[in-house]
Amino acid sequence: MAAGPASHGGHPRAQKPHLSKMERMVVSMQDPDQGVKMRSQRLLITVIPHAVTGNDVMEWLIHKYCITEEEALHLGTLLVRHGYLYPLRDPCHLELRLDETPYRFQTPYFWMSTLWPAAELDYAIYLAKKNIRKRGGLFDHEKEHYDQLHRKISHTWDLVVMQAREQLWAAKQRRKGDRLVIACQEQTYWLVNRPPPGVPSVLEQGPERNSCTAGRVQMTVDFYRREVECLRKALGRARVKSSVCLEAYLKFSSQRGPHDPIMSGCLPSNPWVTDNDTYWAMNAPSAAVPTRLRVEQWAFSFRELLEDPVGRAHFMDFLRKEFSAENLSFWEACEELRHGGQAQVPALVDAVYQQFLAPGAARWVNIDSRTMERTLVGLGRPHRHVLDDAQLHIYMLMKKDSYPRFLKSDLYKDLLAEAVVPPETKRRVFPFMRKPRHSSPSPALLPASASREPSGGDGEA
Amino acid sequence: MKTRRTLKGHGNKVLCMDWCKDKRRIVSSSQDGKVIVWDSFTTNKEHAVTMPCTWVMACAYAPSGCAIACGGLDNKCSVYPLTFDKNENMAAKKKSVAMHTNYLSACSFTNSDMQILTASGDGTCALWDVESGQLLQSFHGHGADVLCLDLAPSETGNTFVSGGCDKKAMVWDMRSGQCVQAFETHESDINSVRYYPSGDAFASGSDDATCRLYDLRADREVAIYSKESIIFGASSVDFSLSGRLLFAGYNDYTINVWDVLKGSRVSILFGHENRVSTLRVSPDGTAFCSGSWDHTLRAQPQALLLEVALPGLEPSDRPGPSAPVNLRGRARTTCKTTCSGIKMGPVSQKLPKPAFQSTLFK
Repeated sequence: MAAGPASHGGHPRAQKPHLSKMERMVVSMQDPDQGVKMRSQRLLITVIPHAVTGNDVMEWLIHKYCITEEEALHLGTLLVRHGYLYPLRDPCHLELRLDETPYRFQTPYFWMSTLWPAAELDYAIYLAKKNIRKRGGLFDHEKEHYDQLHRKISHTWDLVVMQAREQLWAAKQRRKGDRLVIACQEQTYWLVNRPPPGVPSVLEQGPERNSCTAGRVQMTVDFYRREVECLRKALGRARVKSSVCLEAYLKFSSQRGPHDPIMSGCLPSNPWVTDNDTYWAMNAPSAAVPTRLRVEQWAFSFRELLEDPVGRAHFMDFLRKEFSAENLSFWEACEELRHGGQAQVPALVDAVYQQFLAPGAARWVNIDSRTMERTLVGLGRPHRHVLDDAQLHIYMLMKKDSYPRFLKSDLYKDLLAEAVVPPETKRRVFPFMRKPRHSSPSPALLPASASREPSGGDGEA
Repeated sequence: MKTRRTLKGHGNKVLCMDWCKDKRRIVSSSQDGKVIVWDSFTTNKEHAVTMPCTWVMACAYAPSGCAIACGGLDNKCSVYPLTFDKNENMAAKKKSVAMHTNYLSACSFTNSDMQILTASGDGTCALWDVESGQLLQSFHGHGADVLCLDLAPSETGNTFVSGGCDKKAMVWDMRSGQCVQAFETHESDINSVRYYPSGDAFASGSDDATCRLYDLRADREVAIYSKESIIFGASSVDFSLSGRLLFAGYNDYTINVWDVLKGSRVSILFGHENRVSTLRVSPDGTAFCSGSWDHTLRAQPQALLLEVALPGLEPSDRPGPSAPVNLRGRARTTCKTTCSGIKMGPVSQKLPKPAFQSTLFK
């Protein structure tokens, strides 16, 4: 090969981790004791040593990593596609065949991790060699590339042809076996670096990422001061024992298990499986009669009760009976402020103050004096977080006081009793009769007033 | 688990997707600048817009379902209101919201349509007001490109986590702009972060082929999800509704499903013909959708997993294999602490008091 390692422009990023892992895997596969069973492959009259078959590779992978056949085949195919294994017979498609096709391990000279930019000159030489060796031996896409390169570097084309001839002559001096192997290696290298059309290139990595930190953060006194502050806070932070946290996960997951369609299925049926969207209709945000699972979910945490519009409405009814509905209204108004547009902030703050906080207000909320003082001071310069303290106070009040009472109330018990448990839709006997999938109106079509309701939370309940 | 819907229509690599709150619509963006809104249940395309830039790496659906946001190599995040008016060109109503000095890697609406949180290749995250395009808060601290972010499902709704090329995952306070916690145990770029449904922990997927679970209250990594046979990076992670399963899409074209509590792999899914670039579970947990560089998106429901015997998830009368799991972690404080493994008992429906043995030093 004429090419030498080209100088890298600037600071190359650390080599992609998956390449080094693949290389470690390939090296361990070549281990004489623990590696894949090697054998000598007879091709016509030449004998190529150190060849392996696809089956051997797969078995080794299954044995070493305790994986299934499918996964081993997939992994083996990836190794071939990245050029770490090459087929000795007719390597025009890089795939792992499970027949007697012999494969060999690619020489490290050609590994992807060397990061040599596959230069055009080298590719031209390779194509020229191929052309000279066998007239008409180039594939269509290779012919196209050849013509393109011919046009591009026509001034040095003599050099290209001369190099190609030199290399072919040098190759003739070698034994037939070596010649074949080197030809296969080279072909695989170029198949990886110049894939034929239709084959995804394994070299593509997406947009450049910059992980160089030196140029980004100035190591000034300020920076270190902030670091020290951050670390001091970290040291002083109260940590919970891991065992307690893990217990919390166990509890959470087992509590939510019946509500998770993956764990327990969903009634009447999973819309994606049966093409029947009744499940969504029954659990719509504005469903008249909530399902039993949904009502049970309100008992899990206060946040989930408030996130569900139906739950929130029932909670509001309950609060009205207790004459403390203004708490929830105040909380809702604060949410609107926090997540609303910047331009509306002053007006909203004023409205909230007039309605809930001013002495003698129509729906005065009971906040403790310290928080009230702080809030009133902050109202002088209204910003979207000025009511955060008051909102938190009221939220905690509702959570610790009204919410437990709600769960014990007759209202909630009646809801539980009336909640519907949809029957399971039987699996269709004739799966070929596809039900028509109904489309639903896009939320974008709904009138603006309905969509302005700030929906709490991120949907993950 | 079978692919139930394959959405074909992008002419190029699918880079990002997001679900609508109505549990069936999705928005997806691709390398050639196309952003498409689908009803994935019927596989109809409802809206399509072509951005003026390529590599649209971030897209998000507004909570109300009336707008989408997307951005990429143009360093901006643009919001498009969705309209069904045939006479209106969607691109005409486009609002340019965020301005960064490098590519946009992730964006997300907060609890309403009015605010957007963005993460960028310039190493910062930022909170913007959609209406005016004003920068409300910026978050500096990452030493390299920020690749992903996720909002916390908490009661106060004030924090989010971001992950970047500096191998750090940082938790931020949206109000003050300060970094509250940072975790640095990954060995390579963090491609994706997602909160556990309770909000007490988050998972991250990285180029070092592992996914890790970090607990916020314990302030450390509590689990690593890795296998020797998985050598390609994880590009995207998401939890199932109950948080029991973690779905991770990898660059080796597969999706691995991990049992969060046991630390073991439940299943591996094939089907994509190029790397899986994005994966999201639907808001009600009935299915998840994966987008890939093979130009397709696949929606796969989760119900079929019931047919596969999942040890430990069945009621406790089934003597499932109860391999104790070792959740090893390394404390992130400056002093060197050594901690032994934490063993958990078998998980069953009735929650007995698990036998914990933790000799963890604070």
